[in-house]
Amino acid sequence: MNQQQSNLEEHYPMADDHIDGVVTADDRVVFTTKDLEVYYGEFRAVREVNLDIKQGEITSFIGPSGCGKSTVLRCFNRMNDLIPSARVNGEVLFRSVNLYDPQVNAVEVRRRVGMVFQKANPFPKSIYDNVAYGPRLTGVKKKGDLDAIVEKSLRDAALWDEVKSRLKASGMGLSGGQQQRLCIARAVAVEPEVLLMDEPCSALDPIATARIEDLMQEIKNKYTIIIVTHNMQQAGRVSDRTAFFTTEVNPESDRRTGVLVEFDKTATIFSTPSDERTEAYVSGRFG
Amino acid sequence: MSSSSVTSQFTIGDLRGNPRRIRKERGMRLLLLVAAATSIVISALIVYTLFKEAWHFLVLLSDESGLGALIDDGANPGWYPRNGRFDLPTIVIGTVLVSLVSIVVAAPLGLGAAVFLSEYASPRTRKWLKPILEVLAGVPSVVFGFFALRVLGPDLIQPLFNTSQTTSLLVTGVAIGFLVTPLMASISEDALRAVPTSLREVSTGLGARKSNTVIKVVLPAAVSGIVAALIISVSRAVGETMVAALASGRLGQSPRTLDVRDPGLTMTAAMAQVATGSDQVVGSGPVFQSLFFVGALLFLMTLALNMIANRIVGRFRNKY
Repeated sequence: MNQQQSNLEEHYPMADDHIDGVVTADDRVVFTTKDLEVYYGEFRAVREVNLDIKQGEITSFIGPSGCGKSTVLRCFNRMNDLIPSARVNGEVLFRSVNLYDPQVNAVEVRRRVGMVFQKANPFPKSIYDNVAYGPRLTGVKKKGDLDAIVEKSLRDAALWDEVKSRLKASGMGLSGGQQQRLCIARAVAVEPEVLLMDEPCSALDPIATARIEDLMQEIKNKYTIIIVTHNMQQAGRVSDRTAFFTTEVNPESDRRTGVLVEFDKTATIFSTPSDERTEAYVSGRFG
Repeated sequence: MSSSSVTSQFTIGDLRGNPRRIRKERGMRLLLLVAAATSIVISALIVYTLFKEAWHFLVLLSDESGLGALIDDGANPGWYPRNGRFDLPTIVIGTVLVSLVSIVVAAPLGLGAAVFLSEYASPRTRKWLKPILEVLAGVPSVVFGFFALRVLGPDLIQPLFNTSQTTSLLVTGVAIGFLVTPLMASISEDALRAVPTSLREVSTGLGARKSNTVIKVVLPAAVSGIVAALIISVSRAVGETMVAALASGRLGQSPRTLDVRDPGLTMTAAMAQVATGSDQVVGSGPVFQSLFFVGALLFLMTLALNMIANRIVGRFRNKY
């Protein structure tokens, strides 16, 4: 184990405090980005993002397509590593440890920062095996332990009562909303500290969306949540803080780069934003 | 609008289309149909000839020595067509042994190459590695045969397995294994790449290492495609002729053997050697016809394998 990794553990003893639900929504900062920039090859997708994500809160990222909100989200668990051409400048501090420090192992990061994707994408495995996938990776082997984790995670995701009689059935046989809640259960089964949600409701109907939003409120004291959404009403309903991103066009190269325009309490963003671009967007005059 | 309908009556002829264009279109269709039908006709003719001559062989054999001769239960059974001894197990066992050896070689190599290409290789590495694999797939099998005869047998298999001769069923099997490795790799890679990227992303997002993702998500999701690749490779190995004819160590006749380290004879090699030596064979009993009988049997074997593979591939297409 290298030093950076033990730093991670020291700064955030991940397992104990949030399992017991004793975390208070204080002002502890989970993530800080410092002049974060992401390039895809030569193309700068997003520039100079500086923001703090606070524990126990739901932070939403809104903005028009191509503004870099998903790109920024994917920096928080280093999912951009999967894109060969992606390159990150600046810092993403997780409990004051820079996630992009060469000594940091991305696998360790992702065990602490989980992710729910836009498209509900269960593995072609049983409901049980979907949820148990993460815990098995971390070495949980005993059937009793796994059973307990699976039940707890499915309960957290408000899916337990609907599937408890058919845990061996394929996860792909569930409805779209159920599949997305299964994906949430699968993500929380590894007991991450943070849950990144990349437009988790964009493929769901309003009823399924409402269930997921209720769920987010229920679990936000256990898991700090960052959600990317195209739906401004959703951002207004669920989040404590909102970051508004937009695109700037470089007049010379005609290329668009995402920028963070404004980051504030959600109520402020939607009522009295300080930047006129934000106001134009949230009032529906743009985007 | 009303003025134009006064000046010219709108009739069905206006919507009938250009007759020349329509004829051209029909001609095109007919031409393509002929092309498609040709392969069906040829296949039907092959099957017809094969089974007619195979039947002829059975009739001749039962007249001469009885159908029991197909399974020789004497002391020294073997395939000696010029002596009227047609012990089928000799060449069937030869084929099965060679195919088994070849798949033991090709399955790990091909699957390993496929996993590397699809999961580990950077786009740049893939760009030069894949064409090399395809070049290997395009090497004529007679070249592989000589490679097996002159290099693989004497320099690798004989010292390694202590075989009595430089040629053996083992040499043939290993060489055919190398021969079908690109095929195995290519079909497996298609199956692996058909696994949605989102599944890899989820697995990675849950803190899985690459090897975990490959073993626990990608391979299970692609399993039917990989099984199909295996069966198609076996089918190719069963039908491979030139390597078997050159490197197995027997010329047109062989005693029965169960040991891969012995020289032996496969069904394809038996056929090829009868066919190339047919000038001495014509008129001397059902030797020539035996070629068709063995061919029909091979045809049925590979047909069955391909049908199984098709069924499995069909299932894997519907998966996502």
